[in-house]
Amino acid sequence: MRRRPNYPAGLGSLVWLFLVGLPLYVLLISTFRTTSNYSSQGPLTFPSQLTLQNYLNDFSNGFGQDFLNTLIVTVSVVAIVLLVVPPLAYAIVRARGRRITIVFRVFLLGLAIPAQAVIVPMFYVISQAGLYDHLIGIILPTAAFCLPVCTLVLTGSMRDITPDLYEAMAMDGASPWRVFLQLVLPLSRGGLSSVVVFAALQAWNGFLFPLILTQSDSTKVITLGLYNFQTEHGVDVPGLLSAVVLSMLPIFIVYLFARRALVQGLMGVGGK
Amino acid sequence: MSPLSFAAVSGRLKARRAGVGVTRPGFAWAVPATVFFLLFAILPLVLVAVLSFTSWDGIAAPRFNGLANWTKLIHDPVMIQSLWLTLLLTALGVLTQTPISILLGVWAAGHQRNRAVLSAVFFVPLLLSATAVSVVWRAILDPNFGVPSQLTWLFGNGNLLGNQSGSIAVLTFVGLWQFTPLHALIYQGGARAVPQVLYQAAAIDGAGTVRQFFHITLPQLRNTMITSMILMVVGGLTTFDTVLILTQGGPGTDTTVSAYYMYRKAFLSFDFGAGSAIALVLVLVATLISLAVVRLSGYDKMRSTAEGI
Repeated sequence: MRRRPNYPAGLGSLVWLFLVGLPLYVLLISTFRTTSNYSSQGPLTFPSQLTLQNYLNDFSNGFGQDFLNTLIVTVSVVAIVLLVVPPLAYAIVRARGRRITIVFRVFLLGLAIPAQAVIVPMFYVISQAGLYDHLIGIILPTAAFCLPVCTLVLTGSMRDITPDLYEAMAMDGASPWRVFLQLVLPLSRGGLSSVVVFAALQAWNGFLFPLILTQSDSTKVITLGLYNFQTEHGVDVPGLLSAVVLSMLPIFIVYLFARRALVQGLMGVGGK
Repeated sequence: MSPLSFAAVSGRLKARRAGVGVTRPGFAWAVPATVFFLLFAILPLVLVAVLSFTSWDGIAAPRFNGLANWTKLIHDPVMIQSLWLTLLLTALGVLTQTPISILLGVWAAGHQRNRAVLSAVFFVPLLLSATAVSVVWRAILDPNFGVPSQLTWLFGNGNLLGNQSGSIAVLTFVGLWQFTPLHALIYQGGARAVPQVLYQAAAIDGAGTVRQFFHITLPQLRNTMITSMILMVVGGLTTFDTVLILTQGGPGTDTTVSAYYMYRKAFLSFDFGAGSAIALVLVLVATLISLAVVRLSGYDKMRSTAEGI
């Protein structure tokens, strides 16, 4: 094939690199400035003096607690999804009957429900259940709204398992449990890792449910912390931006080491 | 085929016909997920319709008030304006994001080393939450301490969020910055799935890069385009985080889109009934679009895109 360099495309990509890179540069470099340096020199110049004070301030302002809350929410959401979605997907792919078809249709319909549209009744349900301002009150709706995409991704990868393999196990007299544990789960590892990444990203970056379902500092997650920080101490831009950097650090580390799984999980977002 | 394996296969076929030996999971396997989903997604969806016919302040029990919320809403100029603004922002989003993400996606589909490295940088905005993106852009565009204050020759007085057209431009641009990588990723997958034979045949016929792009790549990306655009439309209709953080619907109500108006009505004015009515409008629009999805692309194509590369 032709390998002649495509100069207009190269030029265009440099323009986009500038558009993506400049804000990221401002984001990163501002976190090492003092607040007074930021107001006097502006966001673009390279600072004359670097400091780590902003990061330390974030932690003394309760960022550690926010981080821990977000971690609890994320781990719980992933756990719920991993507990209920694989059996559901297995049933959708292998069970027979009208009921399972209806269930699948319901989950497909679920793809079209935007979380924004249900925040008022969600507030009602969670308050009535006595879960308002508890982390579990964020975890349950967040997990529920991950289900349609996760189910779709996982049924997709379970459909790729050939019927021969099921029949071979059936001839050995394997129970549905054994088929599930020894055949279905091991062979849908790819789908499972996409599901984990998708659910984790949704939980980690989720903002809407925490915004309407919590109010205390003790149940604040990172995204809400950023929002509060911006409305309350909007002047301290370096402090705010260093909190942004800290908030994306775990995802960035995953991106460096498991780019493929992450990108596939993001494509799950695409499916939404 | 040896007689032995033939016997085995025919035995297996008989077993399948008789339904013997092929163990299938029962419906019980689907119950936990289904109950959970009904409680926390479908029940709220039903309740949004019920609550739209009530008056509720968030504290006392909701009281039915018939069509009062709906008649108020129909005569509410802010509501009508919010629908137009939502449609405008959605259209601007599709029009700006589609061409750029097609170009970027097709570019990133190439296997050159420099493209792989640059793509890794291009996809970084995907890692940021919508909250983080909005917070960062708000800081960057701050009229007093942000970038516009330093580049007055480009930005004038620097107060980009001070008027309606400026605010809409900023929201469109931030949406472009935030969502283009995702759609570029979708197009990258689509472009890589185009059979190489087509390009080889075109090259033999003497077609250059530009002609190949317009006559092979674009037509082949049709299904990808449908999926991507529908995602953009649904995302655009439910724009909320960026508006809340960047403009608070302002100046005045100049950027009050429907999702933000719903939030304001319910959680800032404690008129949860009116908020539910706006939410129901959003649900209906989203449902109409999902029906359009099924009509235009079919479920199978949606699933193959969701699975990724």
